Amino acid sequence: MERRVIFNNRILPYFLLAPQIAITLIFFFWPAGQAIYQSVLRQDPFGLRTTFVWFDNFQTILSDPLYIEAIQVTFTFSIAVTVFVMVIALLFAVLADRQIRGAQTYKTLLLWPYALAPAVAAVMWLFIFHPSIGIVGKALNTAGIEWDYHLNGIEAFILIVVASSWKQIAHNFLFFLAGLQSVPVAVVEAAQIDGASPWKLFRSILFPLISPTTFYLLTINLVFSFFDTFGVIHALTRGGPGRSTTTLMYKAYIDGYVNLNLGLSAAQSVILMIIVSIIIWVQFKYVEGKVHYT
Amino acid sequence: MIAKYTRNLPVHLVLIAAVIVFAFPVYLAFIGSTWDAGTISRGDMPLTPGPDFVENYTNILTSAQGVRTKGIAVLPLLWNSLQMALAIAIGKIVISILSAYAIAFFKFPFRMFFFVLIFVTLMLPIEVRIAPTYKVMSDLNLINTFAGLTIPLMASATGTLLFRQFFLTIPDEFVEAAKIDGAGPLRFFWSIALPLSRTNIAALFVILFIYGWNQYLWPLLVTTGREMETIVIGIVKMLSTGDANTDWNLIMSGTMLALIPPVAIVILMQQWFVKGLVQTEK
Repeated sequence: MERRVIFNNRILPYFLLAPQIAITLIFFFWPAGQAIYQSVLRQDPFGLRTTFVWFDNFQTILSDPLYIEAIQVTFTFSIAVTVFVMVIALLFAVLADRQIRGAQTYKTLLLWPYALAPAVAAVMWLFIFHPSIGIVGKALNTAGIEWDYHLNGIEAFILIVVASSWKQIAHNFLFFLAGLQSVPVAVVEAAQIDGASPWKLFRSILFPLISPTTFYLLTINLVFSFFDTFGVIHALTRGGPGRSTTTLMYKAYIDGYVNLNLGLSAAQSVILMIIVSIIIWVQFKYVEGKVHYT
Repeated sequence: MIAKYTRNLPVHLVLIAAVIVFAFPVYLAFIGSTWDAGTISRGDMPLTPGPDFVENYTNILTSAQGVRTKGIAVLPLLWNSLQMALAIAIGKIVISILSAYAIAFFKFPFRMFFFVLIFVTLMLPIEVRIAPTYKVMSDLNLINTFAGLTIPLMASATGTLLFRQFFLTIPDEFVEAAKIDGAGPLRFFWSIALPLSRTNIAALFVILFIYGWNQYLWPLLVTTGREMETIVIGIVKMLSTGDANTDWNLIMSGTMLALIPPVAIVILMQQWFVKGLVQTEK
């Protein structure tokens, strides 16, 4: 879409664009270019000589069992968060979409966790699930279920899934609710007159009609659980115990920022860029085709 | 909609349960912030408020002197977070509204090239380029500076896309009338386009303030001294080992202080928040 009537000025638009383009070039494209450049180079241990090694760094990374493990953790984690978040958010949205008293109040009371920083959410869930002082953690141990996220990888994994999902449920709830409320009332009434049960109404009418929202949230949740959950992992488990909560994102942070392995971390950055690009591309491709918005 | 009104009680019960589960961690954090460290670390904190509310909050704000650990007073950290959130929100709005105006209201060589350049930043979140970005920052001597903390977060595609989309809806007649009246592009921006964008700016501001306040990875990388730290980072640092002997009362007071500003904004400015959230992510 383009404007028909425009202003004529040869220099002004460049001045207006300058701040954003400058920041974009310096802080986005320069580092991204560096990452791509570094990813095909290898430095000797003293940093004196750099050699061009083609795709050796990628080969090293992708044949590293630790990296493969991080890929597995990332996908298990992302799928767990995404499914957990979407099922619960959709359930809440379907309930709050009914014309009940206080619907607006429920909406407000289910929306606010969006404002929480993932790391702050993590601290609060730790206070609940701490093995010796947390109300739930202590109860589990008293009941004979050994609960210690410091020692048990699966429990650590469950903890970061729960802490990450809280905020995201609020976010998904809002979008599902908006999607459900945009379904024409006439369609719903027609189904009810035909005697459709609530489940049938949901499965045959509502769920198909909100599928663009569902797909959009799917991509958003994947990006969220890939990247934005860094704060949760950093605050709670630091990737442990062992490597049970080391995601690709956390590994890239450790290798690049803590261990300062330039070539290998650059290759990891490039792989992450490719993953994000694919998700965003698919999202825009799909949204352009299926969803109509003004 | 007769069927929708029936059997409401179970629906209310589920929603109330949901609200309680959602609010429970914050309630517990509040309770934790009203007891002394000993009660909590013995594991017998009651579920009702304790006597140490004033003491804990005064302590965490001004000295953070725990029974077992010495933290850092969070009053300066709250101030840092506020400055960072405001700088990011305002900076991002200013930068993106200007670039969107250029792209929507002018035709010039390389216009689409610049637009694509801005658009592609969606695919380069900071998380995927940690190490190289850190190197650029240290080459530019921006580590541990306020500029380094905020400027790189000011450019992104979402604001530009949002304002461009809005500018395309401003009727051509407005522009023609302005031209006939002899108004140039800057005058049109200041007197017409900017006032018309008010609601979009408000909505975007709410979202960006929360985004700025909640930043984690970037401040963690860029701030090296404690004087630059944000409240979110400060709390996680106090958590350190996370064992039972932590000063949980202080951590929970700090947690409450860290979450109140963004949560208050969402609740008080809910209509802008909802509008902003739906728009920025379209």
